[in-house]
Amino acid sequence: MSTISFTVNGSRQTLDVAPMKRLLDVLREDLHLTGTKEGCGEGECGACAVLLDGDLVNSCLVPALQVNGSRLCTIEGVSTEGRLHPIQQCFLERGGAQCGICTPGMILATHHLLDKYPNPTMEQIQEGLAGNLCRCTGYMRIFESVQEAASVQKAAKAGAV
Amino acid sequence: MRSDVALYDLVAPATLDAMLEQLASEPGKHTLIAGGTELMVALGVGRLQQHSLLSIQHLRELRFIDVQDDAIHIGSGTTFTDLRRNKAIAADLPLMVQSASWTGSVANQNRGTLGGNICNASPAADTPPALLAYGATVTLVSTNGKRTIPYAEFHQGYKKTALQPDELLHTISVPRTFAGYRQYIRKVGTRNAQAISKIALAAVAKLDGDAIADIRLGAASLADRPVRCTAAEKALLGQRIDAGGLDATVRAARAALATEAKPIDDIRSTAKYRAAVAGNLLEEFLRSLASE
Amino acid sequence: MSQRNPILGASPLRKEGRAKVLGAAQYIDDLSLPGMWFGATVRSAVARGRIRSITFSPEIDWSQFTIVRASDIPGENTIVHLTKDHPCLAADAVNHPEEPILLLAHPDKTALIAAVRGVSIDYDELPGVFTIEESEAAVENNDIERIIWPGSDQGGTANCFKQYLMYSGDAKETEDGLAAAFEAADYIVEGEYHTGAQEQLYIENNGVIAECNKDANGKVTDVCVRGSMQCPYYLVHALTLVFNLPEDKCRVIQVETGGAFGGKEDFPSVIGSHAALLAMKCGHPVKITYDRAEDMAATTKRHPSRTRHRTAVSKEGKLLGGSIDVAIDGGAYATLSPVVLSRATIHAPGPYKWPQIRVRAKAMATNIPPHGAFRGFGAPQSLFGLERHMDKIAKVIGLTPEEFRRRNFLATGDCTATGQPLIEPVDMQHLLTRALKEAGYHEKLARFAEENKHSSIKRGVGFASFMHGTGFTGSGERRLNSLVYLDVLEDGRPQILVSSTEFGQGTNTILSQVAAQTLNLPYEDIVVAQPDTSVVPNSGPTVASRTAMIVGKLVERASLQMLAMLRDDVKLPEDYSPAEFKAAALAYRAKHGSLRSSVRYEPPAKIFWDDDLYRGDAYPGYAWAVYVAEVAVDLNTYMATCTRFDALQEVGMVMHPVLAKGQVEGGVAQGIGYALYEKCMWKDGRMMNNQMTNYIMPTSADLPPIHVHFEEVPSIHGPGGAKGIGELPMDGPAPAILNAIENATGVAFNTIPLLPEDIFERFTSFTEPALGGTEYLDPTTDLDTSVEAPEVNA
Repeated sequence: MSTISFTVNGSRQTLDVAPMKRLLDVLREDLHLTGTKEGCGEGECGACAVLLDGDLVNSCLVPALQVNGSRLCTIEGVSTEGRLHPIQQCFLERGGAQCGICTPGMILATHHLLDKYPNPTMEQIQEGLAGNLCRCTGYMRIFESVQEAASVQKAAKAGAV
Repeated sequence: MRSDVALYDLVAPATLDAMLEQLASEPGKHTLIAGGTELMVALGVGRLQQHSLLSIQHLRELRFIDVQDDAIHIGSGTTFTDLRRNKAIAADLPLMVQSASWTGSVANQNRGTLGGNICNASPAADTPPALLAYGATVTLVSTNGKRTIPYAEFHQGYKKTALQPDELLHTISVPRTFAGYRQYIRKVGTRNAQAISKIALAAVAKLDGDAIADIRLGAASLADRPVRCTAAEKALLGQRIDAGGLDATVRAARAALATEAKPIDDIRSTAKYRAAVAGNLLEEFLRSLASE
Repeated sequence: MSQRNPILGASPLRKEGRAKVLGAAQYIDDLSLPGMWFGATVRSAVARGRIRSITFSPEIDWSQFTIVRASDIPGENTIVHLTKDHPCLAADAVNHPEEPILLLAHPDKTALIAAVRGVSIDYDELPGVFTIEESEAAVENNDIERIIWPGSDQGGTANCFKQYLMYSGDAKETEDGLAAAFEAADYIVEGEYHTGAQEQLYIENNGVIAECNKDANGKVTDVCVRGSMQCPYYLVHALTLVFNLPEDKCRVIQVETGGAFGGKEDFPSVIGSHAALLAMKCGHPVKITYDRAEDMAATTKRHPSRTRHRTAVSKEGKLLGGSIDVAIDGGAYATLSPVVLSRATIHAPGPYKWPQIRVRAKAMATNIPPHGAFRGFGAPQSLFGLERHMDKIAKVIGLTPEEFRRRNFLATGDCTATGQPLIEPVDMQHLLTRALKEAGYHEKLARFAEENKHSSIKRGVGFASFMHGTGFTGSGERRLNSLVYLDVLEDGRPQILVSSTEFGQGTNTILSQVAAQTLNLPYEDIVVAQPDTSVVPNSGPTVASRTAMIVGKLVERASLQMLAMLRDDVKLPEDYSPAEFKAAALAYRAKHGSLRSSVRYEPPAKIFWDDDLYRGDAYPGYAWAVYVAEVAVDLNTYMATCTRFDALQEVGMVMHPVLAKGQVEGGVAQGIGYALYEKCMWKDGRMMNNQMTNYIMPTSADLPPIHVHFEEVPSIHGPGGAKGIGELPMDGPAPAILNAIENATGVAFNTIPLLPEDIFERFTSFTEPALGGTEYLDPTTDLDTSVEAPEVNA
């Protein structure tokens, strides 16, 4: 067992876990943060995606030991006190979520994408989300949700200046 | 999830020296894990045979891109995302950026490392073709010191590398000598993104008038390891690419490539397809030399 | 009374959408019950054989585990759908790889890993059959050793689960008519078309949690199963047989389900029964969840198919008669194969006028994990064959694909091949015109023909015209006899109680829209009860694109009935506000204790269907469509990609534009996967590429822009005129894409999935094998994702 300390959604956690335990399982089992999902266990579907020190990663491929000292953001940390993040609001309004199982990972991938490219081209959106498989939507509503979120965030920034 | 994680040991020695001490003290016992994008998949399906792991993911000493006048030195812990973001690599070694950009997904690129990609040594790995074409060298370190060998000598068989049990891949050095070279890389996978190569070809060539003065070809999935296509290179050296000579050059190159390409039938593609498409990619490259 | 805020036809927020975007929606693996154990399945390693012995490794402390065998089953060892051939657990013999033999339970999920490995099973292997042709050959050659399925009392014969014979008129007259048609024909065109298996690949794997209660004597009194599923009442029925319990002692609750597509229609009867048996024996709740590898290898897939056409055509381009032979591969047990076959049969003639037609169809048994429901349910298979064949006929007789369709489309008032008069308007001519216009088809035909001369990337366009029958076939809806409740809760909010489930397609949302619209109340006030069979009635399974049309109509009627009840009993005014509705409803509740409007399905007065002759009104309604694909084929890599897709369909009424678009886009994406990417690699009946790395689903970087267009011709059967749309989008893409590839390359491909290796083989060998190129793939070799340890220099 190893003792690991890290921050999840702003809150500090210290746990004793097997060092090779998958971060996905640490989140779901030890911290009861079940918003992060397992779709494939092989890093292909992106349903387990989280932000690790600001980087989008597949948590099914991260051993717990390597999270020591890190800052994590899961889907539970995207909204603020029940208020939807603009990305979440846009996915809700534009039909970006159907069955919802890919949605947490998809929203985090979108978050990560819009941080890097606030005005993404369609190609950048397609590439940025290529690691998140959705079987329900055919991606069109998701692309629209991302584009809407980008313009909402842009407007908010302009407004805030 | 098909493994009992309690049966695995993972420690993270604080420094590179401590890491090398560990490797030296019990050679062959430990396996290095960087981003985990290969080994954790094995763990998930219940086939990770190595139970004692050393994490190198945190070692700053291994994650660097050092731009010198004559070469760019890349630490083995450099991620694919690091490679994609580096301006010098984008300018001088565009084939590295290309291959990093089609390795897995963004999430996997944030974790996967150049060293891991090379040391895992899959014949379909994405970065070796470019590294072979660029004539990279690799520096291996241990408590006994360091040695640098041509990358072309690193892969010795199917998933067999030149690493000794107490050694760690430290640096991949790529010469900055390809200004004035024409460069090409193409990966043919099962789909446009997040795909394993069925066949990939990297090519750099220097022209002297209408003749090929220098040519290097690196390929994935044409053999049991990443390879330089030396027969094709030999057949192409000095050949003409003008309207009068191009067709003959292409024929000679294809014929030579056919002698050294040894692809297989597997779950993803067929030997015939791989061999044929490899030839097509080579032809595509050669014709692109002529058309500009 | 005027509609305050017309919500039907608008796009209100998905009912459970907020929870989904928050990551707060609870899927089965997010749930636990106190004292819960975990279950795992020990499965057959061989395709067919007798179980000789089962040995338990001495290295494991088996006293910690609960083990369930076939002999532990209190009721019948069967997973029932239409026949009882499918064991819940294999007793003496196995008939497919991954067949469940034993179940194990333990409080610690990790302990199960070694335990499953610690069970060794020896088999006396028997010869297996793995394709339709092998199964047929066994019957033709009277090869007793390879008769792997004996027959049934439901019309099954050796190796053949079911057969249908469908004539466009009286059998003898039609046979004579066909003979005459072929005699008189200017052209006789034959063709053979193949489709492969397809994995539903819902991103959430199968999972359930089961509980079981026993009396003081240890006899099971009731069971309760929660899980990811489409049809709670199917599982109820399965449990009644496995446990020998009445229905009201078998409670099933659907929880948030992460995609289904048919893959969770019949299969939950298996996993649900398994978990309940373990719960019974260990005395604790038991959770079974599959990982991806197990789910892909062991659960149902789309039926592979082979369709043979022989068509008599006049030189004027009119269909004179046709003979169609459809065969599907059902796997080792019948499951739903007869129903899949039924839909394949009825859709085989497509949206065309056939003066004479005969469809012969059969579902063959093979030693492969049983195939099951997958969106489209037989129609994608036979429509692929038909629409490829229509293009072939056009080519042979020298007409364009468009002109040939136009000369043969069904129109309003015509009868379908089963003799169903098309009373509701249909205008395929217009749909074809509009679809081709939206797609820029004619302009592209001309432009690509020119551009292709100078490019190694060949581009092309193609289309498919088709229809999809919504609801259960013939008398199916009458038999389902669906029941719907509409209650008003204590707080005055109306609540819909149905067994129809949400799994992304929008059930909760559209049913709420119907209720809100009919009751003239805010959409936000409508509640949909969780499908818990102890409280919701059986409104039928969530399949067959029936939810909007059939169940939606019932919700509409229940709403109207509730208004009538309130008007009659507590004087609800003619023109009421939401507050007045609430007051009236609460007054009714105070008076009677509760307020419930209950309605049952009423078959339309004039639906006639003959199950034996396969004639009559096959479906209550049809949605009609023309889909257009634009492709690019790179002759350097032999890769075909779809570069643009236009999907036009006439759906009665678009209930929710955003949801409807999403349904079509998602279905088209699956259709593109079906055509160009998703290949199941089999070895001795086992799926070898049972991981996402090797089963190729298109990513966001592979799919083209998908343009969705709707037309609306209201149907009397659905609320607001709506017809079903869930499955229709699966029927069109594959034939449209292969038609486009033929346009682009001049080469006709007739097998899907069509992989680059197949295109390569045809281009370099110019033969026309039935299966080409990918038959050289070796599913047992994978040097790249196999996880051998890198060799270390010693």
